[in-house]
Amino acid sequence: MKEWSSFVGFVIKEFYHIFRDRRTAAILFGMPVIQLLLFGYAIRNEVQEVKIGIADLSRDAVSQAITDKLLSSGTFVLVENLKSPSELEEAFGSGAMSEAVVFEPASGREIQREGSIDIQVITDGSDPNVSRIITGYTASVIRDYLSEAATALDAPKGVVPVPLMMFNPGLKSVYLFVPGLMALILMLVSALMTSISITREKESGTMEVLLVSSLRPIQIIVGKVVPYFLLSFINVVSILAIASLVFGVPCRGSVLLLMVESLLFIMTALSLGMFISTITSSQQVAMMISLGGLLLPTILLSGFIFPVASMPLPLQVISNVIPAKWYLIIVRAIMLKGAGFSVLLQETLVLVAMTVVLIAASLRNFSERLQ
Amino acid sequence: MKTAVQVEGVTKTFKTLTALSNVSLSVHEGELFGIIGADGAGKTTLFRILCTLMLADEGEAEVLGLDTLKEYRSIRSRIGYMPGRFSLYTDLSVEENLKFFATVFNTTVEENYELIADIYIQLEPFKKRMAGQLSGGMKQKLALCCALIHRPDLLLLDEPTTGVDAVSRREFWQMLGRLKEQGITILVSTPYMDEASLCDRVAFLQDGTILAVDTPVGINRLFTAPLFAVRANDKHKLLTRLRSYPYAGSVYAFGSSVHYTLSRATASIEELERYLLESGLQGVTIEKIEPGIEDTFMALMKTDNERLHG
Amino acid sequence: MGEPVIHTEQLTRTFGEFRAVDAISFSVDSGEVFGFLGANGAGKTTAMKMLTGLLLPTSGKASVAGFDVFSETESIKKNIGYMSQRFSLYDDLTARENIRFFGGVYGLSSSTIKEKSEALLASLDLLAVADSRLSDLPLGWKQKLAFSVALLHEPKIVFLDEPTGGVDPLTRRRFWDMIYEAADRGITVFVTTHYMDEAEYCDRVSIMVNGRIAALETPAAMKESFGVTTMDELFIRLVRPGSGETT
Repeated sequence: MKEWSSFVGFVIKEFYHIFRDRRTAAILFGMPVIQLLLFGYAIRNEVQEVKIGIADLSRDAVSQAITDKLLSSGTFVLVENLKSPSELEEAFGSGAMSEAVVFEPASGREIQREGSIDIQVITDGSDPNVSRIITGYTASVIRDYLSEAATALDAPKGVVPVPLMMFNPGLKSVYLFVPGLMALILMLVSALMTSISITREKESGTMEVLLVSSLRPIQIIVGKVVPYFLLSFINVVSILAIASLVFGVPCRGSVLLLMVESLLFIMTALSLGMFISTITSSQQVAMMISLGGLLLPTILLSGFIFPVASMPLPLQVISNVIPAKWYLIIVRAIMLKGAGFSVLLQETLVLVAMTVVLIAASLRNFSERLQ
Repeated sequence: MKTAVQVEGVTKTFKTLTALSNVSLSVHEGELFGIIGADGAGKTTLFRILCTLMLADEGEAEVLGLDTLKEYRSIRSRIGYMPGRFSLYTDLSVEENLKFFATVFNTTVEENYELIADIYIQLEPFKKRMAGQLSGGMKQKLALCCALIHRPDLLLLDEPTTGVDAVSRREFWQMLGRLKEQGITILVSTPYMDEASLCDRVAFLQDGTILAVDTPVGINRLFTAPLFAVRANDKHKLLTRLRSYPYAGSVYAFGSSVHYTLSRATASIEELERYLLESGLQGVTIEKIEPGIEDTFMALMKTDNERLHG
Repeated sequence: MGEPVIHTEQLTRTFGEFRAVDAISFSVDSGEVFGFLGANGAGKTTAMKMLTGLLLPTSGKASVAGFDVFSETESIKKNIGYMSQRFSLYDDLTARENIRFFGGVYGLSSSTIKEKSEALLASLDLLAVADSRLSDLPLGWKQKLAFSVALLHEPKIVFLDEPTGGVDPLTRRRFWDMIYEAADRGITVFVTTHYMDEAEYCDRVSIMVNGRIAALETPAAMKESFGVTTMDELFIRLVRPGSGETT
């Protein structure tokens, strides 16, 4: 019973630290919301208002129709009508346009005769991502026109695939980013806060006094984790609220299940922070490890941006130790696919195992002496 | 008399630096024992070994009859430790700090209040103030309260008065005196020589080696040469003239005078006085005095040159 | 002793309601060793910061080395040396590297630095260890080196903030020898200390209490006028007339 009261005293003290230091409070509550809004708006794969130049050497109904169709889509803005392809280089070099469409002479006749057409699509390859997206988009507009024209002419027939993107029919990128951001933010905030709060005590010398007291290491460790665990829960709720209210990301599965899994992930992140703090002795190093050491792997190896399946084998193997990878699978499955717990058993168990291992390692590493 | 602290041949090295070298000492129960030494003498390392935060490379240390290696948990709950650096929570108020340390030791402020009452009463007007905003002397008083709140049998105070002004230092030592009367054994370290005379016994520490352990009076008996206090109007000139005197032993400034020993027992004081007057100094007085702790410590010390080059 | 190198009139600094330094007026002559004493929190640090050009006074007048503390802080910084117990030299550099670095900071030419550093290392008997890291040197040597480095650019005044804190009694005295030598060369030394015996080594001392200068005299005259025999007693009499701390 007495042990319990000293533990409660410890937790209360932690809350004082958090609420009295405005920076801590700001990082804890402000950072997740701001990051989500920032990333949510800034990172999008949809492109808009692409500056386009058209060199129409054909000047007939067909080239005109395709041009109209391109410009009416809303994605492209015409900046220049080029007289000859030789003007292209300068226009791209100055950044005046990001795409040019060149119609070969006599396109209309060719389509009548052969059912095909030569159109050159040139893009600014210095930004490959944008380049790839707008090329694809242009091609699909032209394909669209061709199929319409083909029906009208009753000319060549072929197999036309009709794609359907399950769970995200509009292929909205925000569906991709919100789960990734949840993982990233919860990981960083939780790991950062715990690792800093322990190393701060080491730096200020208060850890020395705590060690020379009746407190057990387990009380110190759990006492550090509990406050951040409770506060991170508020973060989960606010992130989910923003995801659904601001970005319109649905939660097709059980919200309760999502909460429980998120809390589990927070626990993993907190234990990781704890582990970091046992192997470092300064706040600076702890911060560098938790930010520098976790940020990139979490973004690059978790499947947040790049699919794990397309990574080289060694990286695929490494990605398995990134907690965010497993959490990302869980969040996507619950939010977008409406999956239930039975499907996610394996991922959940992986997170549980990681947490147990990290806590055990922290306890083992937690030095009861100064060295 | 029972022994509160027993140290036998303790050695501790950090990489190339020998912090403690074959240190042995024993502190009796109920004693106020001082470790006197400058920064880097090994005081903090010794304290950390005694409060079980560090292990000695060689030798043994017992605290309250318990082994610092095997029974460190029992030791930790029975000692009060005040590290050299201010180690309270600066973002917690005076009251909150005290309460926190009470709960950490499974006790309450009320339970042991009478022990800290006469110290805490001075802090009471500022009890809502954040510990980080207290003046140096007040911080040390609060730290002492926090170290005492679980009524320890032994207090380990590592340089509690460093950087604290002369008045607060005096008050702090008065508090230690009262705690001693309550039967608490106190081991305290300090770089201030004048504080040595306030201890029951002292140990001189330099470069990890104990130079002497004795009562303040006993320590002073180690100083055997006749000692003189010399005064004149121009202190700096007096110092340089005394040093260039052919029979000069040690020449050290001491407050308003210069403490001086002769290298030759037969050298005469009258001769010295004449020499000083001839040098153009005025108001020259020479009187024989009893050595103090600081005189003795300096006589026992190795010089900087020996330390650096030898 | 000639022109005062430090001169203040009603110098005041407030932080909100709190008058950290409350209308202090004093002068320090050239070549004087001036002891600046006071309890923790009496306003010493604030006063030092104003005199070294690090903090702007709220009101009053002050000049240091002939420059005004309100408008000419940059010139002040060029003409003073500063050394404190907390910050002095870089522990991970060697003695020689420290001298070179600070010489550069003070704007000395590299040939002057080279010349001075050899002379300095020789006079401090540090040539043998000039190229080992400072962290390997005893504290006393570091303090002496720090003091010499603070004098590298031959300032008119050197401010020493608790220069001998934590140092052993022998080294403290060696340090004071250096202070006297500097004063003999005409450098004004402005020094704070918690060692009351060191107060007696000063030509004159001032004792600050609650932001004001409570006494300013030669140590002997001060003891006499208060009818006490040691500086210790005098200090306690002034700082704590009743009991209980006043911070």
